[in-house]
Amino acid sequence: MNARFERLGAYTFLCLFALAVLLPLFSILSVALQPQGAPVTGLSWPDDPQWGNFARAWSTGSFGDLITSSVIVAVVVVPVATVLSVMTGYAFGTMRFRGSTPLFYVMLIGIVMPYEATVVPLYYDLRQFGLTDNYLGLMLPEIGLSVSFGTFWMRAFFLSTPRALIEAARMDGANSFTVLFRILLPVARPAVTTLMVLFFVWSWNEFLLSLVLLQDPAVRTAPAGLGLFVGQRTTDVAGLSAGALIVTVPVVIVYLFLQRHVIRGMLQGAVKG
Amino acid sequence: MRANSRVAYLYILPGFLVFALFVLMPLGHTAWLSLYDWDGITLGTWTGLDNYTEQLADPDVRTAFSHSMVFLFFFAALPVGLGLVLASVLSRFRLRGLGFFRTVIFLPQVVTAVVVGIAWRWMYADEGTINQLLSAVGLDGLARAWLGDFTWALPALGLVGTWVMSGLCMVLFLAGISKIDASLYEAARVDGAGPVREFFAVTLPGLKQEMAVGLTLTTIAALRSFDLVYVTTGGGPGNATNVPGFEIYKLAFRQGAVGEACAVAVMLTVLIFTVVLLITRLLREKL
Repeated sequence: MNARFERLGAYTFLCLFALAVLLPLFSILSVALQPQGAPVTGLSWPDDPQWGNFARAWSTGSFGDLITSSVIVAVVVVPVATVLSVMTGYAFGTMRFRGSTPLFYVMLIGIVMPYEATVVPLYYDLRQFGLTDNYLGLMLPEIGLSVSFGTFWMRAFFLSTPRALIEAARMDGANSFTVLFRILLPVARPAVTTLMVLFFVWSWNEFLLSLVLLQDPAVRTAPAGLGLFVGQRTTDVAGLSAGALIVTVPVVIVYLFLQRHVIRGMLQGAVKG
Repeated sequence: MRANSRVAYLYILPGFLVFALFVLMPLGHTAWLSLYDWDGITLGTWTGLDNYTEQLADPDVRTAFSHSMVFLFFFAALPVGLGLVLASVLSRFRLRGLGFFRTVIFLPQVVTAVVVGIAWRWMYADEGTINQLLSAVGLDGLARAWLGDFTWALPALGLVGTWVMSGLCMVLFLAGISKIDASLYEAARVDGAGPVREFFAVTLPGLKQEMAVGLTLTTIAALRSFDLVYVTTGGGPGNATNVPGFEIYKLAFRQGAVGEACAVAVMLTVLIFTVVLLITRLLREKL
């Protein structure tokens, strides 16, 4: 009896917590479905939900363009950062070479460092090379930051693979490239998937770098464009809310399908040294 | 050995090059610029440590850093505490549907901060959901435009941080508890320990590693916060919700005080590295 009561209490806790998480998201959905210009109060489901607001935000609100920019950036950043991270992680995790420890610690800086610490000179330096308002100008810093975490992540994975596996292959005359591709990468698939999912989420959500480095509306990514809309004190509250939800959908879909990877990566990925 | 080294360097080179050019060098450049008086356009002049002494004495900057400390409570202390309690309560039962709840509760971690900001702007608005809830329970008197209020804007923003980070902590600690040796709990029960003693004797010591991870993640998020402030309040009303990250942005890109901005950026970076180092040291040594 007592145990049942306690169990009920635990469920109540959980439900309250989940409700608290969902409340702001439902609120914004209810706003997004209001007729344009209608006065809205708090969380109120409209009598006649205007799903067309999403289409309007997509076309006239230019959210279609913003999403396209975000996709372009992510499509380059994720694979490139992953390949580079696998390579660095492979070297740090399986090879002995001079300076490996200090070099590794230097690369860890990127995990803890706040982006605010690099964005100011980045803006002025990239502008000199004509790389502001250019996708490359956002992609390259994003790749650099991602590689910092990716090195840490892949090194940990390669360290955990049995050395005998690598030694045996080397005895058979396999070079380092073959060892990586034929032997290690097939077992590394889960670790690499996690890494790619994280890179995608980070790239998609990146705000400060995009805000500063891409000021031309034609190349701006979704979060930065959204942030600027908010600043303009738009009167189209429903359209803005619909736009915000459009921006959220891609990451949420990835999260729902690859949840295990997202959670694992975010929790285990924390700095250990 | 030497040939081996060369191969290793070749594998590292491309990744390191991008990292060095677009992370390391800008970081060094920030430190360099912090020693100059520069408006971003004309030629800068060397001022040594003047920017630092000036910014350390500046009341705006001081307020921004003190707000960081408030955020540490809301983004780090509160979620870690909440996560600990929830995780230890939940771990006592085999609950059905826990997977579903975990999915929902972790969700704020993946939602773009800008969207989180927009959602909470609405929650806190004059006509927003919070005031609606308050009047539903007869507390109309408390209703206000929360983010426009000099006293309440900062804790209101802080609570958004709590909303974002609590799920992460709970999921982290739940995973940690499941790794604690079950025989320890049995032993505690045999000794007649209640849930509270069990928590302090078994759960808490067993979660040291996860505590370090949770505190590190939440602390970094608290000190780095920029997106949320930019979208919700822009540091206002007045200076009431300004944080170092936003101050850097304002100084560099709105006021053309690049040197000063870089000095604040260096101070923020040093603060973050110190705190993270402290957390890992403290929780490691006790092991």
